[in-house]
Amino acid sequence: MFILIVGCGRVGSAVAKRALDAGHEVSVMDVDPLSHVRLDIDETSSWEDSGGRFTVGTALEVDGLVAAGIEQADVFMAATSGDNTNLVISQIAQRRFRVPRVVVRVSDPGRAAWYAEQGLQTICPTQVAIDQAERALLAV
Amino acid sequence: MYVIIAGAGKVGWNLARELIDKDREVTLIERNHDRFRVVEQELEHVVQYGDATELWVLERAGIQRADLVIAVTGDDEDNILICQVAKEKYGVQRIVARVNNPRNHQHFKMLGIQPAVSATQLIMRLIEHEVPEHGLVQLLALEEEHLEIIELEVIEGSPAAGKQIEQIQLPKGSLVISVLRSGRGFVPTPSDTVAVGDQVLLILDPGLESQITPLFAPATVAD
Repeated sequence: MFILIVGCGRVGSAVAKRALDAGHEVSVMDVDPLSHVRLDIDETSSWEDSGGRFTVGTALEVDGLVAAGIEQADVFMAATSGDNTNLVISQIAQRRFRVPRVVVRVSDPGRAAWYAEQGLQTICPTQVAIDQAERALLAV
Repeated sequence: MYVIIAGAGKVGWNLARELIDKDREVTLIERNHDRFRVVEQELEHVVQYGDATELWVLERAGIQRADLVIAVTGDDEDNILICQVAKEKYGVQRIVARVNNPRNHQHFKMLGIQPAVSATQLIMRLIEHEVPEHGLVQLLALEEEHLEIIELEVIEGSPAAGKQIEQIQLPKGSLVISVLRSGRGFVPTPSDTVAVGDQVLLILDPGLESQITPLFAPATVAD
């Protein structure tokens, strides 16, 4: 599979590395060129030498998405630090570029729940933390 | 009419003032605390502190009964989100979004956020209106209704010059709605005559411009 991940933070970079290790083609895009360091840390060879791709670009710029390979992507993940950015670019990936599988990280549980009802595959770290904390605290 | 405005920058604050002057009920939402404090000095309870992209903030502002939601924050993603949620989740009838970066206009359009207003485009349109290089000025595009209104200046020697409106061979799907002559406008009858120098306003199906322009301003077709 060809996987495009926008946002090279803790989540984006870690998922990218695992996907590459699992034998997938992986392209990562981030507005900050320095975020690339996350892909190399604790690795024996560099991200590019391992076969990964990295593009510097702003997610709403269509040229950047195309350069990062969105037209070939089988899976798209929006993992920037901005909920609204993630929700907008994932809809661009889904509706404009017809990427078959789109996953979007949304920190706010309210928005995550509503957009999930609208058909987006949302991941809400806050909701996961709330559920885990509840189990830990209340031992249910 | 109840109006919610997201973003108390220069645009949002002044829109709120204008609407309050016109006796509209307004709530302005601002997420920057310092800015909120400044605006609150003047607008008091009209301005609420919070992030308008959070659903509970919109609900606290009463979005369920809003007739119009205007998103004029400095962030295009936020403006898209606010309008999308207003329209699709809360069923708000009318939305207006500000486009900060004109290159993002395509995203507003694809996600059905209309009208989306961009200062750059408005100024470009004004420039085109003042300096009509191509003879044709697009005044208004009603994208959802698939109609547009254009303005053309009648040029000497054009097929329309000196003709009655009913004699001009306009394509189906277009209509002359007014004529501007010596600074004054009137709604013509079919027997009124079009003169050189008149500015003619037409309503038409998009795409008919290339058939209509040669009738009024043939010289500019070569462009």
